[in-house]
Amino acid sequence: MTTLLIIEQVLNGLQFGIMLFLMAAGLTLIFGVMGLINLAHGSLYMVGAFAAAAVAGLTGSFVLALMAAMAAAAIAGVLVETVVIRRLYAADHLDQVLATFALILIFSEGTRWVFGSFPLFLNIPAYLSGPITLPGGIEYPLYRLFLIGIGLLVAAGLGLLITRTRIGIQIRAGENDREMIAALGVDISRLYTLVFALGAALAGLAGALVGAIQSVQVGMGEPVLILAFVVIVIGGIGSIKGALIGSILVGLTDTLGGIFLPQLFKLFMEPATAQTSGSALASMAIYILMAAVLIWRPTGLFGARA
Amino acid sequence: MIRESYLNTFVLALLIAVPAWAVVANEPFTITLATRAVIFALAATGLNIALGLGGMVSLGHAVFFGIGGYAMGILAHHAQTYTPLMDGLFLIEGTKSMPVIWLVAMVTSGIAALLIGLVSLRTGGVYFIMITLAFGQMFYYFSISWATYGGEDGLSIYLRNDFPGLNTLVPINFFAICFTILLIVLLLNALIAKSPFGLALNAARQVPQRAEAVGLNPQRLKLVAFVISGVITGLAGALFADLNRFVSPTMFSWQTSGEIMIFIILGGVARLCGPVVGAVVFVMLEHVLGDLSDYWHIYLGVLLLLVVMFVRGGIVGLIAGKHVAHD
Repeated sequence: MTTLLIIEQVLNGLQFGIMLFLMAAGLTLIFGVMGLINLAHGSLYMVGAFAAAAVAGLTGSFVLALMAAMAAAAIAGVLVETVVIRRLYAADHLDQVLATFALILIFSEGTRWVFGSFPLFLNIPAYLSGPITLPGGIEYPLYRLFLIGIGLLVAAGLGLLITRTRIGIQIRAGENDREMIAALGVDISRLYTLVFALGAALAGLAGALVGAIQSVQVGMGEPVLILAFVVIVIGGIGSIKGALIGSILVGLTDTLGGIFLPQLFKLFMEPATAQTSGSALASMAIYILMAAVLIWRPTGLFGARA
Repeated sequence: MIRESYLNTFVLALLIAVPAWAVVANEPFTITLATRAVIFALAATGLNIALGLGGMVSLGHAVFFGIGGYAMGILAHHAQTYTPLMDGLFLIEGTKSMPVIWLVAMVTSGIAALLIGLVSLRTGGVYFIMITLAFGQMFYYFSISWATYGGEDGLSIYLRNDFPGLNTLVPINFFAICFTILLIVLLLNALIAKSPFGLALNAARQVPQRAEAVGLNPQRLKLVAFVISGVITGLAGALFADLNRFVSPTMFSWQTSGEIMIFIILGGVARLCGPVVGAVVFVMLEHVLGDLSDYWHIYLGVLLLLVVMFVRGGIVGLIAGKHVAHD
């Protein structure tokens, strides 16, 4: 019983972490290449979820909904990059924070205006719903396994893109020295737009995938965004590998902490107090993890630059 | 610089004249709005010490605002239910006295600022922004899961707390208290900026290496500024909770951190009265646009975007011209 529970919770944590990775990967790429801190990344996640819910409602196709989510988020990303963000690359972080905060306000209220304040629902398609029996007799929701699979696939794809392709070389070069690759004849502004669209599409995909197990509503992006920040701080800014490991660490800590800390506290406390203090501590666990990593390594696990 | 001091005088005079008019015209809601603006200005003045003088872009000042709010909420809650706060080794009772609540709010937010600063200042730049934001979120979730003090629902206080010699239930009296505190803090802010500490902090913000080379410790200077900043925002939180007679986890939310920062940007970074101008304009916008449309945050967002992209130095910068603003 307990082993089954532990395995199930580890899988849940993994699934949560992998979804965080889709957000964190885009953020860390955008920061690494353009030096931009993008608070509006959570809005792109929300745009993806709403686009998916709308398209799924119209066509009934989950695959189309996922594609629409990525397309809508990428288009919104390109639009935002060319109209606003492009003017902020040279600005200091304070201006970037405020401008992207303003974008959150515009995106959130705009979405509320179009879709209303009530949450939308995105259904899991029949072929992905229901439990599946894993080796060892564990019943686990198929859709969550699908999320883990798709996330790992995206991670592998990103890894290949960064290490094996021409675009990847340009991205890595851009992280090292922006002026130099511009001088070498790479169209830097096209590269920026491309990276931004890629990050946005990943955020949109994450929004649509998670939207099917939670509700699709205004403001859904920001809690995830802040967790993705924690991931990046832990993993080191600019590092895809750091983002992956950080995501899984945060996902596991949050999920396992929520389940096992109250249990642990019950060993030496009254059940009611143990439940309260256990869940209070669990809600803080990832931030304590972040503080610990920072005390040990101020630039994160894989962050090279100060 | 002369025009900026004119502008400061004008804004502060306006903040006296409008409530005074409201008393005569019997418009208590206007006084509440003015009090709200003054408290926001105080919170933002706190952040401006970290941001403007110290160059620390803290997106987590809601932590101190919330701690101040909960200091008021918890103490007053115990006083109104006649239950002791602690009855172990010492007996600690709740209280309805404002000065005591302020002191507790300032001390607790100061301790929180010290701990958060110790961790966050190990890094800088964009890491600092993300970490302060994350700490804000940590306190937010903690306050939601803390069922003893209302959890997600927050705490309601039936009566406003007491101040010796004044009836705080009269809106203008409470406004006077808040406004006096704001004036004192602005004065302190001006003194700090001109003090040896302020000059050293300025140097540490601009070129930390040089500051270090002449024997200053930039990290320690920044930490002290961060603590002062947290203490002031914590005090503002206690006043804000007293204004609403209500505290909830919303005070800890990241939107609150963002709004406190908006006040400064609208007004002007590192300007003495920048936060005051920003807070007044924000409360006015909130009131006017909020009447026009339920979706007034869109207009706020567009306005903010325009200010960031085209009006460097905020409203004070626009009116009073450039000076050595943030770099």
